[in-house]
Amino acid sequence: MIRLLVEGDARPATAGWALVAAGIGAALALGWVLPRWLTFVVTQGLAKGLAVMGVVLLMRAGLVSFGQGLYYAGGAYAVGFAARLVGLREATGHAALGVAAGVLLGALVGVVVARYRSIFFAMLTLAFSMVLYGVLIKAYTVTGGSDGMPIPLPTLLGLPVPADRAGAIVYDVTIGCVALAVYVIARYLASPLGFLMRAIRDNEVRVQYLGGSVRRAIYRTYVLAAGLAALGGVLGAFNVGHIDPDLAYWTTSGEFVFVTLIGGLEGVGAPLGGAVAYELVKSYAFKYAPYAWEMVVGIAMLVIIFLFPEGVWVSLARRRRRTSP
Amino acid sequence: MSAAPLLEIENLTLRFGQVEAAAGESLVLMPGEFVGIIGPNGAGKTTLLNLITGYLRPESGSIRFQGRPIVGLPPEVITGLGIGRSFQVPQLFASLPVLENVLIALATPCGGDRDAWTPMVTPARERTARALLGQFGLQEWTERPAAELPEGGRKLLDVALAAALRPKLLLLDEPTSGVSAEDKYPLMDTLVAVLEREGVTTAFVEHDMDVVRRYARRVVVLSEGRIIADGPPARVLDDGRGRGFLGG
Repeated sequence: MIRLLVEGDARPATAGWALVAAGIGAALALGWVLPRWLTFVVTQGLAKGLAVMGVVLLMRAGLVSFGQGLYYAGGAYAVGFAARLVGLREATGHAALGVAAGVLLGALVGVVVARYRSIFFAMLTLAFSMVLYGVLIKAYTVTGGSDGMPIPLPTLLGLPVPADRAGAIVYDVTIGCVALAVYVIARYLASPLGFLMRAIRDNEVRVQYLGGSVRRAIYRTYVLAAGLAALGGVLGAFNVGHIDPDLAYWTTSGEFVFVTLIGGLEGVGAPLGGAVAYELVKSYAFKYAPYAWEMVVGIAMLVIIFLFPEGVWVSLARRRRRTSP
Repeated sequence: MSAAPLLEIENLTLRFGQVEAAAGESLVLMPGEFVGIIGPNGAGKTTLLNLITGYLRPESGSIRFQGRPIVGLPPEVITGLGIGRSFQVPQLFASLPVLENVLIALATPCGGDRDAWTPMVTPARERTARALLGQFGLQEWTERPAAELPEGGRKLLDVALAAALRPKLLLLDEPTSGVSAEDKYPLMDTLVAVLEREGVTTAFVEHDMDVVRRYARRVVVLSEGRIIADGPPARVLDDGRGRGFLGG
């Protein structure tokens, strides 16, 4: 047998924790000083950014999911059902329930989709999300049909959330959840599974002949992506205060893919920054061109694809590295 | 007391339409052997490797590795048991740096398809990867994408990835194909030095009879899915020339 050195313990890096804590503190404080409309847009961007993160994780293996709306809606509707049917009001309970619903859905659907690649994977994920959309539309008595259902203001750790401060509090809860998700994803990206997904994109055969199960790696990542999207759906539901079947519609999933193209596939900041930028562009486009906002967003997409084929975030990071001494 | 066989193949059969890719092959590999597998194109050499490693499933016959039946097991499980392989066309992670290729090869068998939490790059694992690349003479290429390696380097990296698994049996599919004549022997010298030093049982498919004569300790000749000769290189190759099955 080839003799190799004994591997050491893997320990997470500890440098920069103070900076990270200061950044999170500053982000939390911003929620109380930014105008209400801006905290709403940023919260919505960050909530969708969690779903985009999942798309990015899969795309690193060359898999494009056009169906993350399934889990985004799954998380949101878990909140809606828990509030309507069980009377659950606690935000932490909603978050746990929503993520559990997304993970469970992902674990079921993942068994099927993890067998497929390329366009077949994309179409299957899209098909599953459209099945949920159809159910949400048709099951009117339970789901509210195309009208959806309202989401009452939750309590936070048992304390009521005042309506006039709800925006800032939901924003802060979102910042906290996103910080936790970023930490988990950073660990994932640095882990063997994170690296293996990039290896799968290059050569599945070699992965198999290294003793790795390609299907297992994709399945696990798919379930993780589902959980992230579901958490995003929960936060989006809190933020908007209303949910409807469009959350599972293909255009929602398409938005997540679009934002992935904006950000690129490297790092954890790109999906979040891209999602917030997308929400801002959409808001301004809707304000100044209410009858042509889709066209504005489409033109923005074309410009980005031509000027930044690897994504804005990645391209700018590369340019910065090239110009730094 | 003689050692137990590492690999036992019995009456393996597989047809592709009218072509018999394996027609009742039986073969035993003992620990520490360095075996050359030769034969004309279409003789079933690569098919034999594909059958052993689970890429193909035989229609009948058995394959036992360390006494355990392995027919029907998926390639990743067979690899996990200790059978590594390289390919005629090197199977690399072309867009990733050479060092990252080896790091992934080191981490994957240790639950890399499950572990989403512990860091893949540890100082110890990086030292191991660099040492392995040094053994294969690739230390100058660590930061470059694998796609930029010359053909000989790609072949070496392909074997290094398999060797990173610490296999008990290593199967090399035409390790010198596509490599220039002057690079063949240095490449094989490097491979053989590493594999013999570590005592890895090795079987390599090869078309170059000079390479086989120089490096193999035992030669197996395949033709139309059958083993038609098996023995020391001098006897098999000289006999083969006389009987014409080597074409030279």
